[in-house]
Amino acid sequence: MSSLPQSAQSRQPPFTFTFDDRPIQAWPGQSIAAALIAAGHRSWRTTRIEGSPRGVFCGIGVCFDCLVTVNARPNQRACLVEARPGDVVSFQEGAGHDDLAC
Amino acid sequence: MSPPPPSIDVLIIGAGIVGAACAYYCTAAGLRVAVAERGAVGAGTTSAGEGNILVSDKEPGPELELALLSSRLWREIQDDMGADALEYESKGGVVVAGSQEAADGLRRLTEQQRAAGVDAADIGPDELFELEPNLTRDAVGGAFYPQDAQIQPMLAAARLLRRARQRGAEVRPGITVVGFTRGENGSVTGVRTDSADIPVMHARWVINAAGTWAGQVSEMAGAPVPVLPRRGFILVTEPLPRVVRHKVYTAEYVANVASSEAGLETSVVVEGTRAGTVLIGASRERVGFDRGMSLPVLRRLAAQAIGVFPFLAEVSLLRSYLGFRPYCPDHLPVIGPDPRAPGLLHACGHEGAGIGLAAATGRLLAQHLTGETPDLDLTPFRPERFAEAAV
Repeated sequence: MSSLPQSAQSRQPPFTFTFDDRPIQAWPGQSIAAALIAAGHRSWRTTRIEGSPRGVFCGIGVCFDCLVTVNARPNQRACLVEARPGDVVSFQEGAGHDDLAC
Repeated sequence: MSPPPPSIDVLIIGAGIVGAACAYYCTAAGLRVAVAERGAVGAGTTSAGEGNILVSDKEPGPELELALLSSRLWREIQDDMGADALEYESKGGVVVAGSQEAADGLRRLTEQQRAAGVDAADIGPDELFELEPNLTRDAVGGAFYPQDAQIQPMLAAARLLRRARQRGAEVRPGITVVGFTRGENGSVTGVRTDSADIPVMHARWVINAAGTWAGQVSEMAGAPVPVLPRRGFILVTEPLPRVVRHKVYTAEYVANVASSEAGLETSVVVEGTRAGTVLIGASRERVGFDRGMSLPVLRRLAAQAIGVFPFLAEVSLLRSYLGFRPYCPDHLPVIGPDPRAPGLLHACGHEGAGIGLAAATGRLLAQHLTGETPDLDLTPFRPERFAEAAV
């Protein structure tokens, strides 16, 4: 908490969402990526071909490295999506659209 | 005393796919080749397309003959260099009819195409959904074209040029041609460039393969050919597993390709790539070299694609790009020597089919320059046809 400026801490209380069923604390206005990193997570998906771990790279919505599944929607950019109370965030494997493969 | 003969046989203006194919075939025929490119390899017209090698979207005539030859030659090039080197995919094309009327029209076209040597099968809805399981169930039928293929155009241009360099070609990116040198009889003997190091490049022949800018190059040579830009947008989805197996387009696409309308025309063209992204086209509009983004065009392309592949509604787009298709008023490319400027040849005006038609274009010009009988008669593509029509 101390990493946030005093003004932000004094505004509204934190809330929780889940990441693979574990509770993650987030502050209002915080991105999912920021909350995950603050909770000690560095990666939340694997690449499509090599299966390598990925998390935040550019942090500004350009590189599409930080993709994650949010409320069953795959490929959301964790650095841009604002965390909401009760969000269900899950580790994403591959393209996240295996159901469409033909 | 006469000047020494040039050490270069063929100077090619443009290192796009057409210039690269010319370099590939000319060096294979033993000619000494140099390529002058104002930007980077494949960075102009070539960079803005989808990499189609199609026979399906052409009606019988000279362009279809060129496409059939090219389709065969691309398979040979793939045998020479390996499919991976070009990301060559012999994926086949599927044309979708959304109504009985469209299906009837498509069947008339496939009948003519089969007579012209195209492998085209009329298919009903069951076969259609077997070929493309994610397709809308509103489709009533279509056609399957096994000869249609796809390559990665910039990669292919670079690979063709690498092979040409291995056979002795000089490839010089970052050099802009600013004029032509002339012999005593007015013939073209080379080009002037903006390079301080190489201000002049002499050659026995100069090939104008400048893509959408070939019209400007032709004017500099005093032998104008009317190559004009037609703007097209393409949408790129996030990477997906294999969701679209073939090149898929609607029956309206063929009508739009052949159209001369100035206004915006769109039809649905959807295909996957090796990288996993799905490419969604195609729009056509004559707005000069305006590179402005047009949200209404992007929206229309997306909506139409969702109509054909409903799953796309839940898929995100990563980006879009636009490019200029170099078209001539009669929708035929310009391939061959220009009698108004002896020594100059053109290889341009391929519109949206330049990737596919590049191989045949390069081969035919190499055959012409070495005195071999070309595989196809170049008369329908002759550069002077526009001047004849104006008389």
